[in-house]
Parts: sequence; structure tokens; C-alpha cells
Amino acid sequence: MPTTADAFNAVAEPRRREILDLLAVAERPVGDLVERTGMGQPQVSKHLRVLREVGAVRSRHQGRRRLYRLDPGALRPIFEWVSPYQRLWEERFEQLDDVLAEMKEEEGDGNDG
Amino acid sequence: MAMTDERKAKLTLPADDQILVTRELDAPPHLVYRAWTTPELVARWWTAKRGVAKSMEIDLRVGGSWRYVMETFEGQEVAFHGVYREIVPDERLVTTEVYEGAPLPPEQLEANATLNTVTFAERGGRTLVTMLTECPSHEVREMIVASGMEDGLQDALDLLEGVAQELQG
Repeated sequence: MPTTADAFNAVAEPRRREILDLLAVAERPVGDLVERTGMGQPQVSKHLRVLREVGAVRSRHQGRRRLYRLDPGALRPIFEWVSPYQRLWEERFEQLDDVLAEMKEEEGDGNDG
Repeated sequence: MAMTDERKAKLTLPADDQILVTRELDAPPHLVYRAWTTPELVARWWTAKRGVAKSMEIDLRVGGSWRYVMETFEGQEVAFHGVYREIVPDERLVTTEVYEGAPLPPEQLEANATLNTVTFAERGGRTLVTMLTECPSHEVREMIVASGMEDGLQDALDLLEGVAQELQG
């Protein structure tokens, strides 16, 4: 059973994010993902396997093809899990933005004078 | 200006006992470093809009200690402390960090300190801040990532909305 951390790591990988982006717009077969990402088929299949293992992506058969789609519901716990800590730092950085803006202004004044 | 992505703190988990946060700031490294190491300035941002700074102690030398205390708007006192391990002015700080309220027996607190490496990299007059938190165990990492969960629901929804928009991109 994959943990939330596994799911987060699976989704955080940039090439897999690219695949998720494409699947968020439409249900697609592997060939379509290969074409649009420029990755090789083995690589795309490997990423899809990881994403399916953590529940981020589901698949179904349509005739001889297998179609992949995003499962946004499965992504929700991932972001709920990391968001408090990320939010804590985001709020620190927002306050730091204000402090730095003031410091820049003071430094600028010093240079002018 | 398309700065929304750059201005958001990015969180990744490079290993199962690590947390990596990056954020770009619109000021040169020497100012960011000063804001990061001057008690009166730390008091203005470290509270993260959740309360007021009570005490910020910084003994900025290798082996020197730091301790930050704030009181949340709910009246709860929150304190962290640690020791400076490496100091490269305007570039890099390595410190230990202990959350004094961790649900651990007092004698185990120090043993569960994290090792935090913060770097300030110049990017055309701006600064890329990179914070690597190395935890003594996977369990401590999980505790830190989940911390603040009590006020996390709305935050989670906000973040989820952002993610959803990004996915729709």
C-alpha cells in the first residue's frame, strides 16, 4: 500500500506532472502521451505505472486500446498532507517580502544621499 | 508579469527524511541574509501571520545558539531553538533546529533535532532561497510536514484549488 509520501513524490516528478497535465484535459492512450511529451514509450509507460500505483491515474480498456485518465480525488489527500507546512513557509515569505521591500527602499535612500 | 509560479514556495521531498522548500525573493542576497539573521527583522516575518514574536535570540557564530518564541493568536506559546553549525555571510547557513513543543520526552528533544541548510543564491538582483531540512528519521519528517494540521483545512482547499488550476493549465 503506497503512503501519502509515495503519492506526493510520484506527483512531484516534473515529467510525471507533464503527463498529469495532459490527462487533466482529456482521457488519452499511451501513444498520444508519447507524441505530446516527446518521451519514449517505455518511459511514458513507466511513469504511468508509478502514477497508477499511487492512484493518481486510472485506466480502462476501449476495444484494443487502453485509455488513461486523471483521478483528481486521489490527489486531494496528497495536497492536504503537505499544505500546512508549505502554507506556513508561504506566509513567512509573504511577510519577508514586505520586510525586504522596506530594506531595499532604505538602502536606495542611502545611496541617493 | 508572470511571476505567480516563482513567487510561490515550492515544497518537494527529495528523500524520505528530507524536506526541500524553495522560493524566489525580490531583493539581493545580502538583504535577505540580513533579514534572516537580525532579531528585529526575523520577528517581523517568522511569525507567519499566526501571532506575535515574543523573543528572538540570535548568537550568530559557529557554535552559537538561536531561539525563537512566538505567541499564536490563540494564546499558545511556540518555541524553536538550535545551534549554528556553518555560517557563510550572504550565502549559506547551517543550523540545527528543535521544536520545543514536539510530543517527545524532554531527553529525546535534542536527539530529534533537524539539520537545516539555507542557501541564498543571486539571480539577477533577486535571491533564490533554498531550505533543506534533514530529519533524524522518516517519522520526524512526517511529523513536521503534517504540523499545523489543525488550521490546515482552508489552506488545503486553497492549495488544492491552485493545483487544480495548474492541472487544467
